[in-house]
Amino acid sequence: MNFLTNTVGRKILMAVTGLLLIAFVTVHLIGNLSVFAGPDSINAYAKALQDLGPLVWIFRLGMVALFAIHITFGIQLYFENKAATPDPYAIEKTLVTSFSAKTMIFTGLIILAFLLYHLLHFTIQVTNPSISAANLPLDAASRLDVYTMMVLSFQKVFISLIYIIAMIALLLHLAHGISSWVQTFGLSTGPSQDKVISIGKVLAIVYGLAYIAIPLLILARIVK
Amino acid sequence: MKLTLHVWRQQGPEDSGKLETYKADNVSPDQSFLEMLDEVNDDLIKTGKDPIAFDHDCREGICGMCSQVINGRPHGQQELTTVCQLHMRQFKDGDEIFIEPWRARAFPILRDLIVDRTSLDVVMQAGGYTSCHTGGVADGNALLVGKPVADYAMDAAECIGCGACVAACPNSSAMLFTSAKVAQLAVLPQGKPEAKRRVKAMTEAILSEGFGNCTNHYECEAACPKGISVKFIAKLNREYIKSMIPSSTE
Repeated sequence: MNFLTNTVGRKILMAVTGLLLIAFVTVHLIGNLSVFAGPDSINAYAKALQDLGPLVWIFRLGMVALFAIHITFGIQLYFENKAATPDPYAIEKTLVTSFSAKTMIFTGLIILAFLLYHLLHFTIQVTNPSISAANLPLDAASRLDVYTMMVLSFQKVFISLIYIIAMIALLLHLAHGISSWVQTFGLSTGPSQDKVISIGKVLAIVYGLAYIAIPLLILARIVK
Repeated sequence: MKLTLHVWRQQGPEDSGKLETYKADNVSPDQSFLEMLDEVNDDLIKTGKDPIAFDHDCREGICGMCSQVINGRPHGQQELTTVCQLHMRQFKDGDEIFIEPWRARAFPILRDLIVDRTSLDVVMQAGGYTSCHTGGVADGNALLVGKPVADYAMDAAECIGCGACVAACPNSSAMLFTSAKVAQLAVLPQGKPEAKRRVKAMTEAILSEGFGNCTNHYECEAACPKGISVKFIAKLNREYIKSMIPSSTE
């Protein structure tokens, strides 16, 4: 398939998987924010997800595929672009591009490393077994006590710091990614371009701050 | 004006090359950048040294031959201006100026500031044309093109193929150049029949010629002396997506 080797074909693949990952990050964020509505809310949310049964596994496989495609082609494109620019200028100057656009590969790899830690921490629950939901007493409605697991985890400075750093990387990644897919799908028209870029950056900051608020407010003992 | 120039000197494609420093002590603010270099070269020749080799042709900003990165910016700091139209009044007495060639794997340096831009021609040969029957001159009014379409095509056709977009791109991608050609032909009746084949072939040629991939930095648009918009890259992406949809007419 030429599509998988073509420069625009792979750009579109990055945009499609990127957009689906943005959708995932959105749904995940809305679910997470239920922690601010109290233990009952997020424990019910976690229970509802678990009760989906085999659907959860179909969803997980889909996510693995999305991440695998996005990461594989991202790394491949990075090395191709490195090879195309062998000699640096004596004076390196950029005019309009952003820090986030130039660091996509690095923020992406930070997010990947975080993703693995995050799964070990909250999904497989092996990094801090003493405070994992599987080993905590069930809540009043005899559901897994996800709320207490989150609170006890983020009260640890080390864990909170990992999450906050990773979410800054996510913010930077989204700051280029959100507006980028609009261009890649061929939807920008010239005059709208600057607005799309600005909206993308604002949305990225909203995502980033909302995600960071969870560990930060728990660490500050505002949520307990 | 007195200036200090740091110029990239390279004997040939295999030479490693380095920056060398020259003094330009008698620069008039009314000179163009190339005229300033002409005088530096006169002095070099008089002292028995090799003059600085650089590309130039029309010297009126339309041929796309001049190609120098001045203080890190392709064609220098003045917007919408080629090197030949850049005047020394843009600089101050005592300025230090770094002059380098376009740098990209797809543009091998031939000598000093001259690079080989054949790769852009190869991208054009892949599909930057329309096929038509030969014969008598076609009636000018036989194919009607609306004013907005004509204007759009003209905006894309402003590209002079200098390669500043490649020089400015952090990935050395030729996407702005390619998109200007694809967009110009895709909207015109003469170009439409081959639109699908064209966008596929030209985008294939980008990578096979050693250019990088476009990752939406938009440095190309900022550096382009003709102000080619990245909206044409969006158009190219649209054309590529369209080319993947099979149609009954093929």
